[in-house]
Amino acid sequence: MSLTQILIFAGIALIAGIIHRPRLRLYVLFTASILAVFALQPVLPIRGLDFWLPTATLALVVFSWFATAPRSARSFRQNWSVLSVLAVVILILGATRYIDLNLPLPVSRPPQMVQILIALAALALIGSLIARLPAWVNSVLMAILILFLIVLKSPVIAESASTIFRVFNQQSTELASALDIRWLGFSYVSFRIIHTIRDRQNGKLPDASLIEYVTYVVFFPALTAGPIHRIERFLEDLRNPTPLNLDGLLIAGQRFVIGLFKKFVLADCLALIALNATNALQVHQPGWMWLLLYAYAFQLLFDFSGYTDIAIGIGLLGGIRLPENFNHPYLKPNLTQFWNNWHMSLTQWFRAYFFNPLTRTLRKKGLSIPVIVLTTQVSTMLLIGFWHGVTWNYVLWGLWHGIGLFINNRWSDRTKVWMDTHITTRPQRILAQVSGIVLTFNFVALGWVFFALPDPQTSWHVFLTLFGVTLG
Amino acid sequence: MAEQSDVKPKEKINPIHVVFKALGLFIILNFLFTFLDPSSIGKLSLYNSILPGRSRLPFGENPAESYNLSLYNLNAMLASHEIAGAEKTEEEYRVVLIGDSSVWGTLLKPEETLAGQLNQMNMTCGDQRVVVYNLGYPTISLTKDLMLLDRIKAYEPDLIVWPVTLESFPWDKQLSSPLVANNRTAILELIDKYNLPLDPNDPELVTLSQFDKTIIGQRRNLADILRLQLYGFKWGATGIDQIYPESYEPAQVDFEEDITFHEYEPPTLQEKNLAFEMISAGIQAAGETPVLIINEPILISEGKNSDLRYNFFYPRWAYDQYRELMQEKSLAEGWNYIDLWNLVPAEEFTNSAIHLTPEGESLLATATGQSILERFCTP
Repeated sequence: MSLTQILIFAGIALIAGIIHRPRLRLYVLFTASILAVFALQPVLPIRGLDFWLPTATLALVVFSWFATAPRSARSFRQNWSVLSVLAVVILILGATRYIDLNLPLPVSRPPQMVQILIALAALALIGSLIARLPAWVNSVLMAILILFLIVLKSPVIAESASTIFRVFNQQSTELASALDIRWLGFSYVSFRIIHTIRDRQNGKLPDASLIEYVTYVVFFPALTAGPIHRIERFLEDLRNPTPLNLDGLLIAGQRFVIGLFKKFVLADCLALIALNATNALQVHQPGWMWLLLYAYAFQLLFDFSGYTDIAIGIGLLGGIRLPENFNHPYLKPNLTQFWNNWHMSLTQWFRAYFFNPLTRTLRKKGLSIPVIVLTTQVSTMLLIGFWHGVTWNYVLWGLWHGIGLFINNRWSDRTKVWMDTHITTRPQRILAQVSGIVLTFNFVALGWVFFALPDPQTSWHVFLTLFGVTLG
Repeated sequence: MAEQSDVKPKEKINPIHVVFKALGLFIILNFLFTFLDPSSIGKLSLYNSILPGRSRLPFGENPAESYNLSLYNLNAMLASHEIAGAEKTEEEYRVVLIGDSSVWGTLLKPEETLAGQLNQMNMTCGDQRVVVYNLGYPTISLTKDLMLLDRIKAYEPDLIVWPVTLESFPWDKQLSSPLVANNRTAILELIDKYNLPLDPNDPELVTLSQFDKTIIGQRRNLADILRLQLYGFKWGATGIDQIYPESYEPAQVDFEEDITFHEYEPPTLQEKNLAFEMISAGIQAAGETPVLIINEPILISEGKNSDLRYNFFYPRWAYDQYRELMQEKSLAEGWNYIDLWNLVPAEEFTNSAIHLTPEGESLLATATGQSILERFCTP
């Protein structure tokens, strides 16, 4: 998100926040959110794709609602107004192919209107079909979302997909690249949808109208970088809005400004120093390499937590409380606590929908605790790695943390009694705490080597340099 | 009656007041900032303290890859250079090189430049070790060189070496360097100090309005200074300060049938057409410090119309006359001058008629080193 886009969003949220009529406020947030799906989509080299991907996002959201909403709420008559707004927005954006409306949207050139009309008709047909299908359609939708995630996150498959799109579009296949398919916010959108589908399957999903559901999934402040908020609290805020008062404005503004400072001053400055694929091979002295690595660690923190602060601030302006995502993660004395405080909404999602169910299943099988811990920690962290990208480096990063969490768990288990009896004085506790923080931070920072770099060879070179090892 | 609490209720903060106060402070700060000399901010530098000084002045079009950038703040540029942190000792014979991109070392690593190669020769001047600093800067203008020369006196050089080429002499080149154009105050001082025949109201010299002096107006200057510090970490970590492409377009050797030089045509290139005054001012600015002027090597091409032109820059008639003029002037004025125009064979030029390969620089370093020792170090 550019600074201009962020300021526009803050302005829209502020307008929504001061509107007293809940229905009107909902429509403002809804319209802003669906426009944001298009506005934030990067321009792509494949013709029309930067129009079709946001359209597909909205279609998937609507389909998911039809699949998860109570049957009684699914009729067209009840939802025609929301569906009409969606269709009209898509048609207006499509019309910019013919009329220059000077909209601040980066979509390069929308497809022909005939294609858009056909696509909308097809989507309407699919939607009405999904509305009539039984509950198993939820599993199909979830599988489709996971399939899309695999395609997007795997560079090899994404490049093949790009080739296919290019063939269809009669564009040069030689230029096909995984970067051709940058689907804005899909990682977050898909996880929110999966959350609602799983909660629906477990009978925990609260009833939400179509407009509420769409607004929740593509809520504009959280579209690009999270957090992955839960629908229950979102609906609560949406239905019981507290009109923005001066205190609220101060809290939201403070959070927003802190976020801007973290993102555009601290993170962007650190980005000029931070480790990357190019300088990883140019540095040969351990001291400098550590400096670049630490700069990367803090750049990542300030960038991501800055975006979260901005999202939370904008959310508060619009009367929506988004969850915290970071809580001083580099000041935690062990890896478990680090992961309880880093990208919290993602780890909570994985805990709820993967880690806990898997732990329960393994327990039922009567496996020993260490085996259960190792399996669940490593598989969860591998999946979190894959969520960032299906590459060897993310596998290594996932393994690094999975094994680290396992060791941390076993170490804590074994040493807890000894610690309680031997570390009793305040200085001892402070020393233990500080040692834990230093050790954990450095373990996490070393893990970022895999995260920052594109391949294991470069990462290996960085590790050797960090520890002053020269080969050959 | 209930006793009243001593604790004062927390004063409510009104965000509108916060905004107004912030706005007021920002306006005041901007106003106060206009009284500050914008160039003085550049003196604050991380270089030569927590960052190693740069071995040449900052210059670069692609900072993300070269870890270097072009800026106009002379103080910041000089503060980032290693010379600013090098305390001069009695054992050091300090030589400072000024000049254009051929001195700065386009496409050359720091150790391959003229300064780098001179340092590798481990010369001694009497019982002093010769230490050479590269203060070249990649734009061709004698006024730009003079501006730097005037500043580097502060670093106590024992000798200033000033490679020049004809292209830096025409009057239309004097103020066209962005570094010159954006340092109006420094140029006005030079005009005043050395009575230079330059127009102080020349539109090429950028004049700052009152608004340009505010924090908002100076945001580019401030951002550049900050980025210069930040890229210093990558410079320190990698030793890289420019992009070294695997291939480049070699200097042009075939030419059109064109024999004009700037707006001048044969038969005569007159002395008044060239800014010899800048050389005189440079020597005056150097004071007691001797200045060695070198007519730097140029590409002598053997291609289409090379009977008319030596290279992209120079028609033969103009360059030959320039050499004669330089010879005459140096004899008349008593300048330390050597003419190395044809020292380097054509194959040792890179992407320009004045940019040398490391081997070409080695030839130039040998000749320059000899001249330094013979002219300035003989007891």
